[in-house]
Amino acid sequence: MCQECGCGDTEIVSVEMHERILSGNDRAAAHNREHFERGGVLTLNVMGSPGAGKTALLEATAAALQGDFRMAAINGDLATDHDAQRLRRAGIEAVSVSTGSACHLDAAMVHHALDDLPPSGYDILAVENVGNLVCPAVYDLGQAANVVVLSITEGWDKPLKYPVMFMKTDLVLLTKIDLLPHLPGTKIEDFEAAVARVNPTPSVIRLSVHTGEGIAQWLEWIGGLMKPEPAGASS
Amino acid sequence: MHEYSIVGALISQVEDEARRRGARVVNRVHVRIGAVSGVEPVLLATAFGVFRERTLCEAAELVIEQVDERWTCPACGTVIDRNAGLLCDRCGTPPRLTAGDEIILNRIEMEVS
Repeated sequence: MCQECGCGDTEIVSVEMHERILSGNDRAAAHNREHFERGGVLTLNVMGSPGAGKTALLEATAAALQGDFRMAAINGDLATDHDAQRLRRAGIEAVSVSTGSACHLDAAMVHHALDDLPPSGYDILAVENVGNLVCPAVYDLGQAANVVVLSITEGWDKPLKYPVMFMKTDLVLLTKIDLLPHLPGTKIEDFEAAVARVNPTPSVIRLSVHTGEGIAQWLEWIGGLMKPEPAGASS
Repeated sequence: MHEYSIVGALISQVEDEARRRGARVVNRVHVRIGAVSGVEPVLLATAFGVFRERTLCEAAELVIEQVDERWTCPACGTVIDRNAGLLCDRCGTPPRLTAGDEIILNRIEMEVS
């Protein structure tokens, strides 16, 4: 190195990282998860296209739970708090996150939104993600499970067109099933087959918030997550 | 277009490491991106070109290694092609995704004086 000013003689260093680029989000999600588990709150990341029926699903869920379990919700939208207002009218403690131009919620946004919810008094937290079949799939929020809401008016091949979201989900809810008689050529089996082609494991429930079809199954699925087998029960 | 937020996270990760090692400049950033990670390599490269300005990565090259999707049967280890339907053709078990969802910062090349 030059004795006068310390210039020159740089060394090229190659540093092996092998670290997830979203490790910061992963840490925030782990923190959220710990918070939810400690509080005994089941958190669901509810994703789907704009207009798939995510908010209507949560309204119907609150009505069907009839106070057995208490619900809270975080609504992500680019703008307005319309969805949170709807949910509050349905008796759900709901806060809105306006993401501005962001197309998804991340773990830090969810953590921040928790400040605006009561610290306790609910058993289920539904995070209604920004309506989008692409970006939300990439970010862990600390949820216990992912749910994708796919309305049958969107077309059977959505799972093939947006495979990442459907690969990461634990449950697919096929909504607006009551519209089937008005959709000539639409077959529910096609939707189910498309889901199976990208993800072999998720449950699929056919549902209508208007006729109530599938609501009992959906509540049963939630109930299954809420009552995990006590540790050591099998021994 | 979440690639911008991913590049934001990538550049702060790289800068943290570079500063920790007293690097003056970062020459190359190697990432691994899976085919079904939800991240589009072309958009990632565009976003990197925008976000690297006025950072230690200003002159850095982004090298993207793309990783193919691979499904493997957890029961018998057979590798399954998604397009053939997602059931192991040998034993009928639903396979698991064993490669293709990577969003990884693999290696950084930097100049340390």
